[in-house]
Amino acid sequence: MIKKEMIAMLLAGGQGSRLGVLTANVAKPAVMFGGKYRIIDFPLSNCINSGVDTVGVLTQYRHLRLNTHIGIGIPWDLDRINGGVTLLPPYETSSTSDWYSGTANSVYQNLEFMDHYNPDYVLILGGDHVYKMDYEMMLDYHKKKGADVTIACIPVPWEEASRFGVAVADEDGNIRNFEEKPAHPSSNLASMGIYIFNYKVLREALIALKDQPGCDFGMHVIPYIQEKTHNIYAYEFNGYWKDVGTLSAYWQANMELISIIPEFNLYEEFWKVYTRNDIIRPLYFGDKADVDTCIIGDGAEIRGTVENSVIGSGAVIEDGAIVRDSIVMENAVIGKDTVVDKSIIAESVHVGAKCHLGVGKFARNEYNPKVYNADLVTIAEDSVIPDGVSIGKNTAISGITTIDDYKDGLLASGQVIIKAGDR
Amino acid sequence: MKALGIILAGGGSSRLGDLSKKRAVAAMPIAGSYRCIDFALSSMSNSHVQKVAVFTQYNARSLNQHLSSSKWWDFGRKQGGLFLLTPTVTTTNDSWFRGTADAMCQNIDFLRDSHEPYVVISSGDCVYKADLGKMLQYHIDKNADITIAYTQIDNTLDNPARFGVLTLDKDNKILSLDEKPAEASGNIVNTGIYIMRRRFLIELLNRADKEGRYNLVQDIIVPLIGTRNVYGYELPGYWSNIATVDAYYRTNMDFLKQDMREYFFGGYNSIYSKETDEPPAKFNEGASVRNSLIASGCIINGAVENSVLCRKVYLGSNSVVRNSVILGDVYISDNTVVENCIVESRGTLRSARQYKGTDGKIRVVVESNERYLI
Repeated sequence: MIKKEMIAMLLAGGQGSRLGVLTANVAKPAVMFGGKYRIIDFPLSNCINSGVDTVGVLTQYRHLRLNTHIGIGIPWDLDRINGGVTLLPPYETSSTSDWYSGTANSVYQNLEFMDHYNPDYVLILGGDHVYKMDYEMMLDYHKKKGADVTIACIPVPWEEASRFGVAVADEDGNIRNFEEKPAHPSSNLASMGIYIFNYKVLREALIALKDQPGCDFGMHVIPYIQEKTHNIYAYEFNGYWKDVGTLSAYWQANMELISIIPEFNLYEEFWKVYTRNDIIRPLYFGDKADVDTCIIGDGAEIRGTVENSVIGSGAVIEDGAIVRDSIVMENAVIGKDTVVDKSIIAESVHVGAKCHLGVGKFARNEYNPKVYNADLVTIAEDSVIPDGVSIGKNTAISGITTIDDYKDGLLASGQVIIKAGDR
Repeated sequence: MKALGIILAGGGSSRLGDLSKKRAVAAMPIAGSYRCIDFALSSMSNSHVQKVAVFTQYNARSLNQHLSSSKWWDFGRKQGGLFLLTPTVTTTNDSWFRGTADAMCQNIDFLRDSHEPYVVISSGDCVYKADLGKMLQYHIDKNADITIAYTQIDNTLDNPARFGVLTLDKDNKILSLDEKPAEASGNIVNTGIYIMRRRFLIELLNRADKEGRYNLVQDIIVPLIGTRNVYGYELPGYWSNIATVDAYYRTNMDFLKQDMREYFFGGYNSIYSKETDEPPAKFNEGASVRNSLIASGCIINGAVENSVLCRKVYLGSNSVVRNSVILGDVYISDNTVVENCIVESRGTLRSARQYKGTDGKIRVVVESNERYLI
């Protein structure tokens, strides 16, 4: 018999299409962040630091990178005899073969996994936020209130509250009702998408709602329980919490790490963030290198100039290259004398020599202005940029490009070249 | 791989001065992110040696901590594994390891209970990358009783007389082995890597023990030269023993060369080490770094030139580190200059101080001041 007080279910199945070509080949939780991490490292590290040693990771969209990254959970000490981390992709049964149709549906399809651990509480987490949080304190709150469900909420500025789903709670924290992106919000407590459920209540609700198409926690499960018991509490969280689900938020959150004493401090001894390190050798600066206000991962080779940037492990910045206000991920190469301004360059991208990224003026993106609207050059992983081309602002590139893809050696602002991967 | 691995990491070195007060030679930090023993362990792991014993004795806390888990070198296996063998008191023995042969002899059961036909013995004090499978094949092809890996060292950089000096015939059979001679007759030296049959080693160890001889090289290998087939195998690539201050400094500085980093960290087989999960290195306004290696967890506000910084070094504003090796978790306050130095780990260098060695004489800095947290 195995008994766990609380287990976590980490929702990591979505594409994260608002990150554009960054998720062309990987699920959003596997996108790199802060030089050496992947976004999923934050909730996973929070779990083990909070004493939650049993985590089911629900995967669906392009999960190869997630699988290789998580493995058996060694970096997070989640390789356990009882519990540990388990990857839970959709599966086929003799009568059905359903994909996960919604967040709650994916958890419903894994009732068997949860039953196996016989938990009192189940913690539901997303895989797209950067934060440090002690889930054990949240559980203490949940028990103290005798709640059926506790929702972690963060106070946001009132003027921004209408962008979120907000919880309206009484003085005791008991939630009266929810408002989804309200025009005139009556609360500024935004839901963080982190829930603690009494397992019995969750189980009952998931079974009752099993035929609900696209069954979702926020849209279906929470309203169902609210209607039945009115015993849902808001847990106010006041630390750093950042949604990195859009290109501008992703870029912004990375840039916040390089300030003198960052609000989100990775350098604290307490509450370490763990990740799988394939590269552990130190980083090297060449004879003519120049650096100003950066964080740089292990094993990078900096022979050019880097300013206000986040450079990933094993990245190479060649002689004479200048990288400014940019994110360069693991193993990417920036060629000689290339200038990179305000760009996001994903893993293993190869940018040729004498290129200029981020030229010209802002122009509305003609392909998907909802995603590409932050003035950034976004280059998907494994892409190749030939020598000597210029790339404008608000652009995206995915795949191996040649000089023929660039009219007069230029990709004008607002245009895209997509030759590989999901769109 | 049909061989068992043994790494001799029991030694300190008086020639490392104050640096060896804290740790065994094999635990000395190398190239910012590694410890010396990682090179021997990684060579064994990459050569598919599955079962490795590490002998420790001198000041082994730091080394034992580094080896507290075997998973980093991929030795966490059911078949084989990493064994830490320290001196223990038994009913028949109450002495420390009296020498390298005695260390193995006191653990003869480990050798007896293994089934691998060969044994690879390596020193933990050397920086190298070896394909031990190739060396074993050479040993078999030569029909050798013992094979010793050798290298030719540059007389202008290091003194061969601090090693065992070899002479070989045309067929690479060893004619003589002069252990730490007063004057070296050549520059071919023993790298401390040996291959022989496991049963042969057990036999030799038992015989030496009966006769009260405890040293592997002097008491076991040297007497066999001339009577048995003792062959030399030229170890390809880089090899360095770090057991003096100069050699330690030079070996670290060698990693500033690109071909050196490519040799060790490029290709399919890299060097592995214990992970410490430090965040990426951070460079604030005013930082400038030239021709240097910086490990993770460092925070740099000043200038670094031609230096190697291990993990978690903090460098204050307007401070300069030049031609130096800074070990882990050192805090250097503002306006301080460090030149031609090796700074011991966990040191705290106060502000506006000058620490200067010279090109020929590297200064070892040990500063255990109180650290004021900012």
